[in-house]
Amino acid sequence: MNAPILRVDDLSVEFATREGAVRAVRNVGLEVFAGRTLALLGESGSGKSVTAQAIMGLLDTPPASITSGSIMFEGTDLVTAVERVRRQVNGEGVAMVFQDALSALNPVYTVGHQISELLRVRRKMSRSAARARAVELMERVRIPAAARRVDDYPHQFSGGMRQRIMIALAVALNPRVLIADEPTTALDVTVQAQIMELLTELQRENGMGMVLITHDLGVVAEVADDVTVMYAGRIVERGSVEELFEHAAHPYTRGLLRSMPRTDREDDELWAIPGAPPSPVLTPKGCAFHPRCDIAIDLCRSEQPGLEVIAAGRTSACHLRAEVFDGRA
Amino acid sequence: MGEREIVLEVDSLVRHFPVGGGLLSRRRGAVQAVDGVSFTLGRGETLGVVGESGCGKSTLARTIVGLDSPTSGHVRYRGVDVHAASGRELRAMRRSVQIVLQDPYTSLNPRKTVRDLLTQPFEIHPDVLPRDRRLSRVKELLDVVGLNPDHLDRYPFQFSGGQRQRIGIARALALEPEVVVCDEPVSALDVSVQAQVVNLLRRLQRELGLSYVFIAHDLSVVRHISDRVAVMYLGKVVELGDRREVYERPQHPYTRALLEAVPVPEPRGRASRARTLLAGDPPSPVDPPSGCRFRTRCPKAQSVCAETEPVLRIGSTPAAEVACHFPEQTPLARLGGA
Ligand SMILES: Nc1ncnc2c1ncn2[C@@H]1O[C@H](COP(=O)(O)OP(=O)(O)OP(=O)(O)O)[C@@H](O)[C@H]1O
Ligand SMILES: Nc1ncnc2c1ncn2[C@@H]1O[C@H](COP(=O)(O)OP(=O)(O)OP(=O)(O)O)[C@@H](O)[C@H]1O
Ligand code: SF4
Ligand code: SF4
Ligand SMILES: [Mg+2]
Ligand SMILES: [Mg+2]
Repeated sequence: MNAPILRVDDLSVEFATREGAVRAVRNVGLEVFAGRTLALLGESGSGKSVTAQAIMGLLDTPPASITSGSIMFEGTDLVTAVERVRRQVNGEGVAMVFQDALSALNPVYTVGHQISELLRVRRKMSRSAARARAVELMERVRIPAAARRVDDYPHQFSGGMRQRIMIALAVALNPRVLIADEPTTALDVTVQAQIMELLTELQRENGMGMVLITHDLGVVAEVADDVTVMYAGRIVERGSVEELFEHAAHPYTRGLLRSMPRTDREDDELWAIPGAPPSPVLTPKGCAFHPRCDIAIDLCRSEQPGLEVIAAGRTSACHLRAEVFDGRA
Repeated sequence: MGEREIVLEVDSLVRHFPVGGGLLSRRRGAVQAVDGVSFTLGRGETLGVVGESGCGKSTLARTIVGLDSPTSGHVRYRGVDVHAASGRELRAMRRSVQIVLQDPYTSLNPRKTVRDLLTQPFEIHPDVLPRDRRLSRVKELLDVVGLNPDHLDRYPFQFSGGQRQRIGIARALALEPEVVVCDEPVSALDVSVQAQVVNLLRRLQRELGLSYVFIAHDLSVVRHISDRVAVMYLGKVVELGDRREVYERPQHPYTRALLEAVPVPEPRGRASRARTLLAGDPPSPVDPPSGCRFRTRCPKAQSVCAETEPVLRIGSTPAAEVACHFPEQTPLARLGGA
């Protein structure tokens, strides 16, 4: 494999709050390669979106601060880059589809205006060319009657349509890396499959690298090449998609895979990892997963396990990684 | 099953939104978001609603609870027309029929603490509970949904997505409703939290006799929680039946297409796995196709499909109704994950 287009190293992000510092992201590392898809999995609140916002330079500082690490894109560290460089990278270098499409779109402008303004400013397109391209992009993300709806406002579209408009905006400038935060959660399975196909097509055409943040394990199984799993702000496991689905090397990943509901069954009670995720202010000592882990040992309550290699391309942050990996625990 | 006690009746419900033509066009039309939907919901029952993005599910949900008004048709809660009710009846209805909104990010006011968010329903309906008993009730609610009562003075952003969604559920349950309309209540949650929320909703249903209209894109979650399932396409219900019938013997070509598109959670072998995907794009809800609205994408369409609109009626089994001139009879071979 060649060098990654985007490389995040030892990234930590904190939020100052009344109750103390929320350590939302802790020493996270990621590598994004051209033409490949990295899926970022993890419980709600584990720091996936904050990691993405840090890469995009979208964190409000304060209350947020990046307390360690670097984000290298084509030789530039985006953490220390000046505003002008940063602005240039956003959109063309790294673009993002936001989890929260309604608040990411500007409610006072029509969607057509929002897409064409981007093209006019960044691509110096004429008003009419930009508008035509906006309709084309809306068609590409399968907005029915795009030419007629280009002058509608965001609130006039359904949740799923807004999400597709976000995707149109994100790919408008052919970015080198696309970070897609829950791009298909609000979409039904058929449109979801079409959108994932569209994104894969863009990947093939432009060698775009993709970070896919999603809770949908079915989508991960269909499109991801590599998977990184987060828990309580840290990376707990990494591997190729096939291997990780077959042998999880961390109890959290194993619990997640086991919680997956299936279309071919009607269980009265769904299996769930017991307990609740830790508060971001007061993370447990030792392994953050220990209060919910069914195989925890004394060591887990006192010592934080490091992220260590367990087999080629596989890492896990668990004291019992070897036992979990080969099914002995 | 004994006699069903009907709590909610949706009768020929229509909601159209007027839209303007382009700048140069004088033509005006209407988005036919919900176009003639009818069903009944019994006490303690769950009706799952699935369908393409933009087919009208949220509009249906909002209209059921009275956040939006129908263009025509009726919603009755225990016989009382939700949109014609006034005075005491309206207040009683507002209290008994609640909604959990699709978006956990924008549906909770970020400037209010959990305490504010959960006491607000009692301020709107002060007669439900005297002021001095409200705090203990709020703590009870937090406990019911599995949130720590010590976190009362936190703001929504200080909770994870799953916890925020539970705040939304606690709020919907505050006034002890009888019907809860859940619009995508779990889609923002990781599968483990999702399972916890689904289990919670089912437990509350058993304990309190709640009825749910449960809207979701995740077909597996819908199968687990629903008694009956309604499949919508472009503003209409195309199939409605017992969950097992709908999932194992889907009769409408759209239902089959939907189930066949469910991704298989098994990465190995994906390259050789052909997923049959629905061809074509969803038609415009402003001028939907004549006859059967699915005909532009239906592999089985005949000329009659363009001429006559199929009505929803009992097909090969009384356990399901289907709106198709040529309903399928065979069981579905492949189910996601099978
Ligand atoms: N502005 C903020 N102030 C304080 N804490 C915050 C802020 N924004 C996020 N957090 C906290 O940071 C943590 C990580 O949040 P993040 O949004 O990255 O989670 P996530 O993994 O994307 O979850 P989800 O799957 O629910 O989207 C959470 O505990 C959240 O409460
Ligand atoms: N206020 C409005 N004005 C105009 N059109 C609207 C309005 N609200 C909804 N619509 C349109 O009505 C149709 C149905 O929207 P609705 O939000 O009910 O869909 P949905 O089934 O909930 O979709 P999703 O699964 O994407 O949430 C869409 O075409 C949408 O654009
Ligand atoms: S380190 Fe211990 S508590 Fe943490 S996941 Fe591994 S076994 Fe469980
Ligand atoms: S009525 Fe005709 S077009 Fe419509 S679903 Fe049935 S076969 Fe297809
Ligand atoms: Mg997130
Ligand atoms: Mg909706």
